[in-house]
Amino acid sequence: MSSASGSLPRYILVRLALVLPMMWVLLTVVFILLRVAPGDPVSAAVGGKLNQEALDARRATLGLDRPLITQYLDYLGNVAHLDFGKTISDNRPVLDIIKDQGGATLTLTLGAFLVAMVIGLPLGRLAGRYRDTSADAAIRVFGVVTYAAPIFWTGIMFVLLVVKLFPGWPTNDIASVVTKFEVTPKSHILLFDAALEGNGSAVSDILKHHVLPCLTLGLLLSGVIIRLVRINVIQAMKGDYVEAARARGISERRVVRYHAFRNALVPVITVIGLQVAITLSGALVTERTFNWPGLGTELIQYVTARDYIAVQGLVTFFALIVVVVSVFVDILTALVDPRVRY
Amino acid sequence: MGSFFRGIWNTKGQARWILLVGVVITLVFIVFAVLAPWVAPYDFNQTKLDGAKLPKLAPPSGTYWFGTNDQFYDIYSRVVWGARTALEVIVLSLVISIVIGVPLGIASGFIGGWFDRILVFVNDAIYSLPSLLLAIVFSFLLRGPLGGGVTAAALSITAVYIPQYFRVVRNTTVSAREATYVEAARALGAKPFTIMRKYLFGNVVQSVPVLGTLNAADALGTLAALGFLGFGIQPNEASEWGYDLSRALDDAQAGTWWPTLFPGLALILLITALTLVGEGLNETANPALRRRRLRPVVFPRREQDEERTR
Amino acid sequence: MTPIELEEQDATGVDRGPVLEARDLRVWYGTDRGPVRAVDGVSFELRRGEILGLVGESGCGKSTLGRGLLGLLPDGAARDGELRFQGRDMLALKPREQHALRGRDLGMIFQEPLTRLNPLMRISEHFSETLRTHDKSISKAEIERRSLDVLRVMGIPPTRFRAYPHEFSGGMRQRLMIALTLVMRPAFVVADEPTTALDVLVEAQIIRILHDLRREYDTSLLLITHNLGIIAEACDRVAVMYAGEIVEIGEAREVFSRPRHPYTRELLRSTISLRTTGLNYIEGAPPDLVDPPPACRFHPRCPDAMNVCAQRHPVDRDHGAGTRAACWAADVAQGLVKLDDREAAPLPRGEISVADEA
Repeated sequence: MSSASGSLPRYILVRLALVLPMMWVLLTVVFILLRVAPGDPVSAAVGGKLNQEALDARRATLGLDRPLITQYLDYLGNVAHLDFGKTISDNRPVLDIIKDQGGATLTLTLGAFLVAMVIGLPLGRLAGRYRDTSADAAIRVFGVVTYAAPIFWTGIMFVLLVVKLFPGWPTNDIASVVTKFEVTPKSHILLFDAALEGNGSAVSDILKHHVLPCLTLGLLLSGVIIRLVRINVIQAMKGDYVEAARARGISERRVVRYHAFRNALVPVITVIGLQVAITLSGALVTERTFNWPGLGTELIQYVTARDYIAVQGLVTFFALIVVVVSVFVDILTALVDPRVRY
Repeated sequence: MGSFFRGIWNTKGQARWILLVGVVITLVFIVFAVLAPWVAPYDFNQTKLDGAKLPKLAPPSGTYWFGTNDQFYDIYSRVVWGARTALEVIVLSLVISIVIGVPLGIASGFIGGWFDRILVFVNDAIYSLPSLLLAIVFSFLLRGPLGGGVTAAALSITAVYIPQYFRVVRNTTVSAREATYVEAARALGAKPFTIMRKYLFGNVVQSVPVLGTLNAADALGTLAALGFLGFGIQPNEASEWGYDLSRALDDAQAGTWWPTLFPGLALILLITALTLVGEGLNETANPALRRRRLRPVVFPRREQDEERTR
Repeated sequence: MTPIELEEQDATGVDRGPVLEARDLRVWYGTDRGPVRAVDGVSFELRRGEILGLVGESGCGKSTLGRGLLGLLPDGAARDGELRFQGRDMLALKPREQHALRGRDLGMIFQEPLTRLNPLMRISEHFSETLRTHDKSISKAEIERRSLDVLRVMGIPPTRFRAYPHEFSGGMRQRLMIALTLVMRPAFVVADEPTTALDVLVEAQIIRILHDLRREYDTSLLLITHNLGIIAEACDRVAVMYAGEIVEIGEAREVFSRPRHPYTRELLRSTISLRTTGLNYIEGAPPDLVDPPPACRFHPRCPDAMNVCAQRHPVDRDHGAGTRAACWAADVAQGLVKLDDREAAPLPRGEISVADEA
């Protein structure tokens, strides 16, 4: 062990270098799944509408008549340039889809994450600290039920409730028609654009629309977080350094907050990072439930249209997001835990 | 294995109740699933009675206990048949993913080297993908060759869970391989196969039931999500709660509650029950989470006092 | 009853009376099978600046006694008897008052230094947290001065003050733990096997540091160990514990050269040294503390056991030269008691094995 506190920039560089092989494997998996698997993309998407020659011509323009290895290398090269191809069914660049609809998915997931943290962290900590009490039991049941309840069902129940109790509160889409008309898209993150224009009523309208979807998705995630935090607080409370802190007379409150809870958070951050996958899965369903104009809705439409290229492009993008977030989480962990920086 | 069950039976406090409640609810669903043809008044795909259509969106009543939905189905019958579908898919997908994942994990962990490294890398990549996305991709690919039935749905879900078994079993195998008692067995001259069978199997068998029940709960959620998105089992193939819920979405916006409430409750109840079984097993099988019950100490009168001063 | 001669005062006339006084102290754990009598009726005193060694097999209640003195017990444990620290009745204190005493007046050094420091906090933060807890108004400069002072005594360079725990070796971390304990200048410190996890060279270093503590800090130390060599080297007095009881206590040199209790004797015989030619061990295993053997707890394993040993609990008696022991055989040998022939007859073997199984 050196006396130098491990250098953070070097750690980040090393971690970034490890991203490439991970991305390569993911891309290869996606390619194998969608391109090597039997089935002809073009006839699946537009078969029946065109005759054989037109189909062959489409295949040629898409490069689908070339050897698989060429297609594979092309695919990797294109993704490196952030080119995810053009949809077969409506000839739209996938990157445009991502640009236009990605913002809605982004604000939905971030909002949900916020809800999950606000509910999950304090409840998990409470359950872990007062283990085996009735409070713990109640919180655990809450965690299990929120996680067990399928997102769309929670969503529908919220809708039923809101329709009865607050008629007029928005229960689907990201904004009212007026707001959509008023706000000119720049970043394509609607909330951000409205705020940029200083359009107060639009911002509040968009925020209102976010409440139900974010709450629905956030509740599901909070179940995961409660369980995680609880287990880790229980483990950390048994930690040797916790007993040592008590032996130094540190107050119980401080022991729980600075010794047990802070240490419990390190594994929690790592595992929460892995929850990106769950969040994205949940977002797919949440978007369908609330008619949310995001990437999930797009993906569902293209899957229904049996558009291989669009599905491949969107799945590739989701895979990239997962990798990028995992790197981000690792860097965050290193910031919190000095031991990781080696 | 015997000690495993004894450990479960001897567990005290919360874990035992969690387990008991979960098992009882699950059993109820299994009974309904098995007896579906006798318990449900209508067939899952039946919209007509004696040539006349059932009413559309009839509220719950003596004839239609849970009401009927917008497709002229009797919701009670659909819920009961749905239990059968759910259990079929869960059992099928669990069996397939265990049969593929467990041997692969043991082999990878035991052989090690490049074989292990490559498998782990690919596995991690698949595992990092959102599970529902993976299931959607597989149902997208399987829709062509297999159609929209139970088998296609089960296989789509299987793809999600194989990596999980692989991961857990492989890690258990690696740590068991490094464990001192396996080293001791090897030092005593046990053959690799004997070691695999005797020492690793016991360890692996401990972790699979927990993972299996937790995955069963998750698989059910994934199945329902697939159905909800329209990529699952088609209504004429089998009754599936997720699909029925997606049909009920518009009714809910209009304030009609019965088409969503009953399939939804069935879904939540079964998922919760399976989760409880998994959690209960986890606490009993994982000694680190278990806690011995404490009894208050009562100091008796000092019976030795007189003796001491004598 | 008091083994300490009260006329003993140092040159300045300061009373060298006991800092810590335990009388018939019991620490039990509640379990499903009934209470575990981990510490069962222990009496001893500790003077200022004195180092008392505590030895015994694992599971005899050494660590529980050490933690019990500080009130650092897990849920479900309870204390009973009498425990006085600087004259104050510790068992009557409220949990909050007890908590406030820890760190400031009572310190603890643990066995595994590697895991005892919070990995997310710098060394400096450990010190400032400890100092601030006990003195809300302490200044930053004062914190640094006091911390660096004690670190210097422990041989840790001030440049490492802002480092993280994982950047130190095991021996250094134990010195950090000691520094962290001593920065409050507690009057009494429990060191629970402080060197067991360390290698031999570091062990000698730590023992020297502990031995020199009283010169710098005037601290009384309870040194728990199973290593008799450490006791001989560092301790003034030694207490031998068996099955939750102190069976013999006295000046270290006296106890080692003339052990009264058969258990002490066997323990010394089983120590390995350069002169060891054959290995000795004590037959049998330490008893189950939920249901310990009746009367003398050592009688099922004792080579000198008499009939009386299985019938009546031995009495804690003064055996001269500052040593106290609780043993019928030692009492007879010293001529302190007279037993009738039936009581003094050797305990039949069969009874030993039966008692051993129980």
